[in-house]
Amino acid sequence: MMRQNNYLAHAVLIFGVLLFLLPIWVMLAGATQHAGAIARGDISLIPDIHGLGIFWQALFFKGVASAGYPVWHMLLVSFAMALGIAVGKIAISLISAFAVVFFRFPLRRVLFWTIFLTLMLPVEVRIIPSFAVLSSLHLVNTYGGLTLPLIASATATLLFRQVFAAIPDELVEAARLDGAGPLTFLRDMVLPVSRANIAALFVILFVYGWNQYLWPLLVASTPAYSTIVLGIVQMISPDEMTPWNMIMATTTLALLPPIVVVILLQRAFVRGLTDVDK
Amino acid sequence: MATLELQGLTKNFGATGVLKSLDLTLASGEMLVIVGASGCGKSTLLRLVAGLESPSSGRIILEGEDITNRDPSKRDIAMVFQNYALYPHMTVAQNMGYALKLRGETKEEIAQKVAETAKLLGLDELLGRRPGQLSGGQRQRVAMGRAIVRQPKLFLFDEPLSNLDAKLRVTMRAEIRRLQQRLGITSLYVTHDQVEAMTMADRLIVMEAGRASQIATPMEIFERPANLFVAQFIGSPAMNILQPSDAPSTGAPNNAVVGIRPEHVTLDANGLELLIDLVEPLGAETLIYGTLPSGQRLTLRRPGGPPGVANLRVAFPQEALHLFDSKTGERL
Repeated sequence: MMRQNNYLAHAVLIFGVLLFLLPIWVMLAGATQHAGAIARGDISLIPDIHGLGIFWQALFFKGVASAGYPVWHMLLVSFAMALGIAVGKIAISLISAFAVVFFRFPLRRVLFWTIFLTLMLPVEVRIIPSFAVLSSLHLVNTYGGLTLPLIASATATLLFRQVFAAIPDELVEAARLDGAGPLTFLRDMVLPVSRANIAALFVILFVYGWNQYLWPLLVASTPAYSTIVLGIVQMISPDEMTPWNMIMATTTLALLPPIVVVILLQRAFVRGLTDVDK
Repeated sequence: MATLELQGLTKNFGATGVLKSLDLTLASGEMLVIVGASGCGKSTLLRLVAGLESPSSGRIILEGEDITNRDPSKRDIAMVFQNYALYPHMTVAQNMGYALKLRGETKEEIAQKVAETAKLLGLDELLGRRPGQLSGGQRQRVAMGRAIVRQPKLFLFDEPLSNLDAKLRVTMRAEIRRLQQRLGITSLYVTHDQVEAMTMADRLIVMEAGRASQIATPMEIFERPANLFVAQFIGSPAMNILQPSDAPSTGAPNNAVVGIRPEHVTLDANGLELLIDLVEPLGAETLIYGTLPSGQRLTLRRPGGPPGVANLRVAFPQEALHLFDSKTGERL
C-alpha cells in the first residue's frame, strides 16, 4: 500500500466524520442560544456558556403537546421500548436460528424461507393490519404494543444462522457425547461462543428501537407512552412560539443513551462483526 | 471397561451402502484399530457406535445392553475427535470436567478427578488455559483427558493424530497406546495411517468399500493377508504383485497372482535380471526400484546402503510368496 493512498483515505474519512459531526455541533451550540435567535436563523456556531443550564431544564421540560410528562419520562419510555425490542428480537431470533441450524425437522427449509420472506414486510408495509391486530388484543398504549410488532426479525435470525453454522459439527457432537441436551448445549456452547455477535446485534437493534417513529406514533396515543422521538416532534407547534433551544437540548439528550450503549459494547461490537475465528 | 458387539451393522446413505453388514466383537480392554482408505466407511462405523448416526439395520450391544437406538448422551461412550473439538470458551479444567458437571457430580469430585487425570497426562500446569493458548500436542492431550476423566465404557478415536506433525505423532502414538493398556480402555481407533494401525492395535480391521476385508492381529494381517487388497494396503512399500508369467520360477498356477514383500526378494546369481531405475537410501536400509525382463515393476528393500550397480539378479523364495486368486483376489 502506498503512503499517498493512506493520506487520501484519511482525508476522505476525516471529511466524512466532519460531515456527520457538523449537525450535532450545530445542535449543541444552538441549544445554548435564544429560541428567538434560532428562529430568525441567527444561529451561532459558538456555544454560549451561560446557556448550558438548558440541558438540565430540558430534562424536566414538559413538551407542548405531551401534556404533563417531562422529557426524562419520555427518555425512560424510549429506553424501555428500545431495550424491549433489542432483547426480544435477540431472544426470538436466537431460538429460531438455533432450531433451523441444529435440528432436522420436516419443513425446515420452508420455515426458514418463510422467516426470510418477512424481510420484505417491514412495519411500514404491514402497519394497518398490525395495528388492527394489536388493537383487538387491547395492546394499544402498552409496552407490549410498542415492542411486539417490531420484535419478529428475519435479519437477526439470518445473522445468528450464519454464526451458528460456523460452529464446527465436531463441537456439537462432542457436547452431545458429553451428555448435553439441546437446551444445555444452547446455554453452555452456543451462547458463550456467540457472545460477541449478540453484543453487536444488541447495539444495532437498540439504536433501531430507539429511533422508531412511525409505529409509536400510531400505537402510543396517550402521552404516558410517548417516546422521546415523538416528544421532540410534538414540541414543534406551528401556532405557538417554538422553543428551538429547548428542542435542540432535548435532541442532544435523546442522543445520549444510544451513544452510551455503543461505547459500552464497542469492543464486543467490533469483534462481533469482524471475528470469524470460532 | 466393557465389551462391544456389532451384529450385521449396516448403513446406507440413500442408495449407497456405506457400511455393509459388519459383525464384530471387542473384548474388554482391547484396542481395535480400523484402517482403510478414505471413504471406506471407517468413520461411519465409529459414528454409528457413538450414536451420531443411526444404522439402517443391525444391532450395537455394549456390555450386554442393546444401545442401537439410544441417544449418544446416554451411551457412556467418549470420543476423541480429529480436530479435538475442545470447547473454545472453556478452560482446560472446564473442558475436562464438563461431562462430569452435566452428570451432576459435585465440584470437589470434579476438581479431584480432573486433577488426577491432568497429572496422568502432564496437563497440571495448563488447567487454567483456554484451548486457543495451547499447542497442537497439548490440545490433543486435553482431548484425551476429557475422554479419560469420564471413565466411559468405550473409547472412540477418530484419526486423533492426523493434525499433528510427524514427530509429535510418533510420541503421542506411543503415549496413547501406553495409557490405553495401563487403564485397560476398550477402544475403537480409526486411522488411515498403517504405521499407526500396526503399532497400536491388538487387532486390526482392514476395511474396503464398507466391508471388513480382514479382522486379525497386525502380524497375522502382515504375514497372511486374506486378500489382494489387504496385501497391498498393509506394508510399506507395498507388496509386489506379479503375474505368474513375470516370474516363472515361482511355479504359480495360471489362475493366481503372486505377491512378495520388498524385503523378501533375495539376490541370486541365477535369478531374474532387475534393471534399477531408482535407489532410495534410508540409512539403515535402501529401497531399490526397477523393472523385470517382462516389464513388470519390482521394489526391493535391502539392509545397508545403495548397491552401486545398474542391475541386480533377484529371486523369489518359495516360502515368502503369497498366492491370490486372480479373479476374486482371495488368498489361495
